[in-house]
Amino acid sequence: MQRFINDPDFVVDDTVRGFVKAHRDFVKLGDNPKVVATANAPISGKVGVITGGGSGHEPAFLGYVGRNMLDAVAVGEIFSSPTAKTFYDAMKIANGGRGVVCLYGNYAGDNMNVKMAVKLAAKDGLEVLTVVANDDVSSAPPSEREKRRGVAGEIFMWKCGAAKAALGGSLKEVRAVAQKAIDNCRSIGVGLAPCTLPAVGHPNFAIAPGTMEVGIGHHGEPGVRVEPLKKAAEVAREMVKTVLDDHDLPSGAEVAVLISGLGATPTNELYILNDTVDDEVHARGLTIARAYVGNFFTSLEMVGATLTIMALDDELKQLLAVEAACPAPL
Amino acid sequence: MEEFSNSGSGDIVLAIAERVIENRAYLSEIDGLIGDGDHGVNMAKGFGIAAERLRGGAQPLSKSFSVLGDVLMSEIGGSMGPLYGLMFSGFGEALDGVTEIDARAFERMLRKGLAEVQSIGEAKVGDKTMIDAYSPALEAFSTSIADGKNFAAALDALVAAAEKGRDSTVDLVARIGRASRLGERSRGVLDPGAVSCAIILRAFADGAKSKLSETNDAPVGQNYVRLKR
Repeated sequence: MQRFINDPDFVVDDTVRGFVKAHRDFVKLGDNPKVVATANAPISGKVGVITGGGSGHEPAFLGYVGRNMLDAVAVGEIFSSPTAKTFYDAMKIANGGRGVVCLYGNYAGDNMNVKMAVKLAAKDGLEVLTVVANDDVSSAPPSEREKRRGVAGEIFMWKCGAAKAALGGSLKEVRAVAQKAIDNCRSIGVGLAPCTLPAVGHPNFAIAPGTMEVGIGHHGEPGVRVEPLKKAAEVAREMVKTVLDDHDLPSGAEVAVLISGLGATPTNELYILNDTVDDEVHARGLTIARAYVGNFFTSLEMVGATLTIMALDDELKQLLAVEAACPAPL
Repeated sequence: MEEFSNSGSGDIVLAIAERVIENRAYLSEIDGLIGDGDHGVNMAKGFGIAAERLRGGAQPLSKSFSVLGDVLMSEIGGSMGPLYGLMFSGFGEALDGVTEIDARAFERMLRKGLAEVQSIGEAKVGDKTMIDAYSPALEAFSTSIADGKNFAAALDALVAAAEKGRDSTVDLVARIGRASRLGERSRGVLDPGAVSCAIILRAFADGAKSKLSETNDAPVGQNYVRLKR
């Protein structure tokens, strides 16, 4: 495998340095070099909004630091939760005096490190509320939603939570709206080829040529089934069906749609998927208020895509429309 | 009295780090079967950083464990950073102020480490995690001491139980952590956390046994005089 790497053990440090150099207008590095924050953080009088997670998902997570977006991001090793100290440092740098919300994904390591970081912050008198994303429908049945993984729905959670904070929302209001945003999201991934951790050097799972893995996770967690690879329209139909069957939305409901590549799928193929996704969503009597197609939340060089559908109400629709700017597409 | 000194045993932590680093590729390989294949990489990185900080310092065992715990918690994320970080910090705390480590102090330390791990993780025996190696190891050690076995024999029992517990994870279905998402498909493979835990406990027990034998074989009064209290 041919890659642009200096040292497999330092890919994250090198990535973060390059990222900060590219986006000096938006971001700065914290005293902890695994914390990326807005250039003007903390914003006094505003609830701080942070996230954190493993690397390898770029432009998530760090690309969503920006104006009216996240105040800080805790950066972990590839596919590995940031440390408790890093989460804590991100909370501190985002603290504008009205508390901090930490909006992150449901993974064992992140849960532990955030829990420890919240305790460290409490010792300092800094109040931190959390929302854990669990939008991946393939990772557990609806009755066990608390076990589901967080995937690309996190972007909607960040956008809505950050917009609420930018509009002057209180700590509890920001948490509530971020919780509502993720509760209203359902996602599914389809993988066509695996990815390789640079420090490991070979893929940790296989997807046989001519097949696709439906329900694959953002780190290659096995999906719910392996099938022969079908035409894009059939794959898109299957993705919409899985997501909306889990959602159970009334006809006439408004939604936002997000299709993200997993790293190595050409962007044009994402539009090919969207061609059918758009038709299928409309065929169910739903209205698409806004569609996002591109690479928002990737998994190194995995081939594949995720579909996220968020049900909107007036508040969420308004928050999505709040002007924001960050290095990642939005 | 069977015991070894806290102040002269910090090098045990270096020996534990060496075993973990030696097993870097093996741990990542088994993690790749049901996890994301980075367990060995992360563990070796964390233990390597800790070893660098400790090398040449001749710190007491309690202090060395505290340094290791701090490094794992502040430098290594994932779930193993906090779990092993808290475990070793717990070891350090339990041994802090203990001059001579006897079987009772050792048992208290093991219990403290387990309590720390369980304060953040929710795993129980049978969930296919490091607890499947740790918990039976602790029980075997306690039972041996209660049965009147000597310290070294209890350490042997601890290692045997840890490795038996590790092997038991092959037949288990993961109920916690990333591998739990595999359901039935997690069966048939060792749990990487149980494997690293057994490696750590064996290295620790080996180190403690060699300290015990040094203490007991030492020609008291010839090279030095050991003070007892």
